Amino acid sequence: MNIWIAIGLTAVGCYLAKLLGLLVPAGVLERPLVQRLAALMPVALLAALTAQQTFADGQQLVLDARAAGLAAAALALVLRAPFLVVVGVAVAVTAVARALF
Amino acid sequence: MVRDALGVGIAVGLSGFAFGVTSAGSGLSLLQTCALSLFVFTGASQFALVGALAAGGNPYTAAAGAFFLGIRNAFYGLRLSQLLALPRFLRPLAAQWVIDETTAVTLPQPTRRAARIGFTVTGLTLYALWNLTTLVGALGAKALGDTDAWGLDAAGPAVFLALLAPMLKSTTERVTAGLAILLALGLLPLLPAGAPVLVSALAAPLVLFLKGRGGTTTDDTTTEGTKPGEGR
Repeated sequence: MNIWIAIGLTAVGCYLAKLLGLLVPAGVLERPLVQRLAALMPVALLAALTAQQTFADGQQLVLDARAAGLAAAALALVLRAPFLVVVGVAVAVTAVARALF
Repeated sequence: MVRDALGVGIAVGLSGFAFGVTSAGSGLSLLQTCALSLFVFTGASQFALVGALAAGGNPYTAAAGAFFLGIRNAFYGLRLSQLLALPRFLRPLAAQWVIDETTAVTLPQPTRRAARIGFTVTGLTLYALWNLTTLVGALGAKALGDTDAWGLDAAGPAVFLALLAPMLKSTTERVTAGLAILLALGLLPLLPAGAPVLVSALAAPLVLFLKGRGGTTTDDTTTEGTKPGEGR
């Protein structure tokens, strides 16, 4: 049930955000500070999510096979690999590291 | 142009597969996984939500994190609205397709007609493929059994990293990312699941505030706001 609550809230919230942009008159969201904050917010969230999903096990910090996978993904990004390759490399390296150690 | 739109649609639609696998691996049912792709339809938010739920977060903090990631679509909508000039009754329908990729394809189009075609073709292709591949991914994960043994728990963070990388254009973005990571990991043992990520979002206003006080010497970002195509 909890999962459905989360899905419902996310669906409604994300849809309203999309609709808001199409409906409000230009100018309201065009203030530079609002724009910069909107651009920077995903940076903070994505960085935090990456770190949490790589190094967290419940409420504990751990260093496991996922870290190796993410390091490989970072390398793939530096080499300008396409999106699916980046994700594929992370998954493959994590699986191999987990099987080996 | 239609080929471009189709290309973007297909490439990103395929990553719906990664979402389906991740979501099923996080313990969501097939129906829940498909409902997310049908009704949320903005990749980063979907990955964030299933990740937060898998980590044991309560539904409200999990949804809040996903919602904050979805706010950028409002700014895309604002620009698209001027370009597409859609009739009012169509806007609630078009809204569901206002995401990174449709914006990236639509904004550079030279005419209103081309913009409308670009938006429609990308939106339609992406919506169909994203949902189809979500279903296939969720079914595939069930067939795989223990998804962690296949390394699939690394798919979520890798997706976030791939979305984040092109955003790290200047010092402001890098400092914000660094601060957010410190907050997220530092608070992890102290706060309930889901809360550290939300608190890390404060890195954004904090860095802007410090930068404002530091004057104009710190860096070089433009004031254009979120650029299309830099999210999922």
